[in-house]
Amino acid sequence: MAQRVAIVGTGQTYHKSSRADVNGVELIQEAVGRALEDAGITRKDIDAVVIGNMDHFEGINYVDMWSIDGNGALNKPIMKVTTGGTTGTTVAIAAFYHVASGLFDIVLAIGWEKNSESDTTAAIITCADPYWERPTFGGAIAGLAAGAVGYMHRYGITERDAALISVRDRKNALKNPYAHLRKEITVEDVLNSPMLAYPIKFLDICPRTDGACAVVFASEEKARRLTERPAWVHQVATRHNYTYFTDVDRSGPMPTLYEACMEVYKKAGIRDPFHEIDVVEMYTPSSFAGLVWIDALGVCKEGEAVRLVNDGVTEMDGELPINPSGGVISTNPIGATGLIRVAEAAMQVSGKAGEHQIPDAKTALATGFGGCHWSDVVLISSKRPD
Amino acid sequence: MKRIGIIGVGQTRYERMKTEDTYADLIFEATVKALDDAGLGIDDIDNVITISNDFWDGRTISSMAITDACGSYGKNVSTVEGDGTFGALYGLMRILSGAFRTTLVVAHCKGSEGSNHFITNAMFNPIYERMIGLDSISSSALQARRYMEKYNITEEQCAMVSVKNHKNAFNNPFAQLAMNITIEDVLKSKMLSDPIKLLDASPISDGACAIILAEEEIAKKGPKRPVWIRGVGHFAEAYNLGDRDLAEPLSLIRAAKKAYTMAGITDPFKEIDVAEIYDAFSYQELLWTEGLGFCERGGGGRLIESGATEMDGELPINPSGGVLSAHPVLVAGLARIAEITIQLRGEAEARQVHRARVGLAHGINGACGQAHCVWILEGE
Repeated sequence: MAQRVAIVGTGQTYHKSSRADVNGVELIQEAVGRALEDAGITRKDIDAVVIGNMDHFEGINYVDMWSIDGNGALNKPIMKVTTGGTTGTTVAIAAFYHVASGLFDIVLAIGWEKNSESDTTAAIITCADPYWERPTFGGAIAGLAAGAVGYMHRYGITERDAALISVRDRKNALKNPYAHLRKEITVEDVLNSPMLAYPIKFLDICPRTDGACAVVFASEEKARRLTERPAWVHQVATRHNYTYFTDVDRSGPMPTLYEACMEVYKKAGIRDPFHEIDVVEMYTPSSFAGLVWIDALGVCKEGEAVRLVNDGVTEMDGELPINPSGGVISTNPIGATGLIRVAEAAMQVSGKAGEHQIPDAKTALATGFGGCHWSDVVLISSKRPD
Repeated sequence: MKRIGIIGVGQTRYERMKTEDTYADLIFEATVKALDDAGLGIDDIDNVITISNDFWDGRTISSMAITDACGSYGKNVSTVEGDGTFGALYGLMRILSGAFRTTLVVAHCKGSEGSNHFITNAMFNPIYERMIGLDSISSSALQARRYMEKYNITEEQCAMVSVKNHKNAFNNPFAQLAMNITIEDVLKSKMLSDPIKLLDASPISDGACAIILAEEEIAKKGPKRPVWIRGVGHFAEAYNLGDRDLAEPLSLIRAAKKAYTMAGITDPFKEIDVAEIYDAFSYQELLWTEGLGFCERGGGGRLIESGATEMDGELPINPSGGVLSAHPVLVAGLARIAEITIQLRGEAEARQVHRARVGLAHGINGACGQAHCVWILEGE
């Protein structure tokens, strides 16, 4: 790197199904204000801004330009990036490179979505090829359901196994003041909830949320001045491999996530991810994905995720806690969702996660999912990179 | 800043309606051309930046349409939604970080498949502005009028830009609108939104462009003379048109200052040999030349009258024919960088500017140039 990069502040809005009390720009400003406060800086200290969301949810073209009163970029450099569900991690990765390039020292990353203003599924359907796939593509839920059936067949997992992911994440959300759905549920609740697309039921899937997240990335020199506990960004990787949903390789658990994780581990010198990573904030759009994709993290052998989850290994007090924040099953402002994973990972290694803090968390992995089974991965640690 | 070169460029021909090509076809054509130009195969590219816009493509996650075509499978790839100059800047950052050595940057747009009015209307405030019908043309008309009133710029001076650029387009095999027109033709053309007439406006275009950036070591080994990136600046200003004096391109002034500082340029008019700037409307070339410091504030009209920006002038502007001669949105800024690269290599053939060594490429985002990105390139 031209210079090392650390996260020095994060901010989230309070999340709800409908934040009718604010417009989109105000929502963004709420997250930005909290991130600046957390970093102990003001708007003047920001050198550049990166923002992302999905246009067709709010119907605003050039969101970077429209949100200038709330995004902090007035009379500053700003760039918009967008890659579907991975937008939040894509924003984080772009902000990372802004600083790593040496061109900017303090960069604000913003992800946001006001899903209450959208017809979410209708908008998502338009990501499929208009001729070959759009007529039959049922949106995110149906696509994930097809994958879930495949996982059940291949690995012999049950609806009950998957339900454990929802139960775990929703329980964790009780400790996160910013989480959207904060009500404990049981396996029976999940199994008895309305069927959306077999085998995915209402409590197996992520909600639609209004919310925003902002994260401050800083160069080593600035980070050392701003905080005693910077969250160093060690490695990032991206795999957006597919164009058509029918191209997706479903012979194993989430190949793009596996590839991105392996790249990050290799570059960061991680040989035993299960023992070297202390906490994971994983983009789990459904309980089934949240279960099977643990295999793709390379923390267990293929097909062993069920055992890990059943043994409580991924619980708050387990050996490898996953989603102490409550995860995506509890909170899902789509363009912000991936960035929240990065923010939560940074909070964990900086010891700022409050009630949902994992004791002594030093290294954290954040993942993003979106587009056509695409993945992003960000590795964060309290230890300064070599 | 360490030396990063542009080592390959590829453009499709820009046309009003490329019915035979999908987005993927356009990207594939531009990508293959850029790789051939750089003497590389797709395996030599270690990361990719795509540039697309969900509104223009009528598709959410618009970059999904072209992941195959740009060869990003198995690579670190990301997507910038904005003008191509901004996407190229992200590509540059990735090499500067040391994480990558060669970035492919691709942009596509098919204006023919959308409605310019509705797509650009969606830039404006949904409560207060959209219903009055503001779009890229009517908002630019407000800017043009304010600029003309404040600095006594005439419709004839604006028309001279169209005459010059459409004439230059004859020399560019990729341009869409090569025309021999007179100032009278422009003045008499159909009024779109006072004072902007049909021949003051850029066309609706389909096309794609790709460029390849590489670190110094790789750039020096390529088959073509590398073109070095000397400076880049990007800035944004206020959103509400009423919060801005539309005759003062503040974000352009800031972006140019940053790029010039990085490149060590103190007298841009003298030190820059050729410029490709984002003339979506004829008045914009005049206003942007002021923002870029090629002349004093309000001096854009006199600058074009002086002939300095003609092909044989002191600082030729838009030898390619500019955006007025082909306007695939998003692609247009990347095409400016590609054109300057060709100029600085001395490969621009009929549109070659004599002894071009330092060049400027420029792109805009948002309404009336709310954000600008300025690139300074240098040949060997």
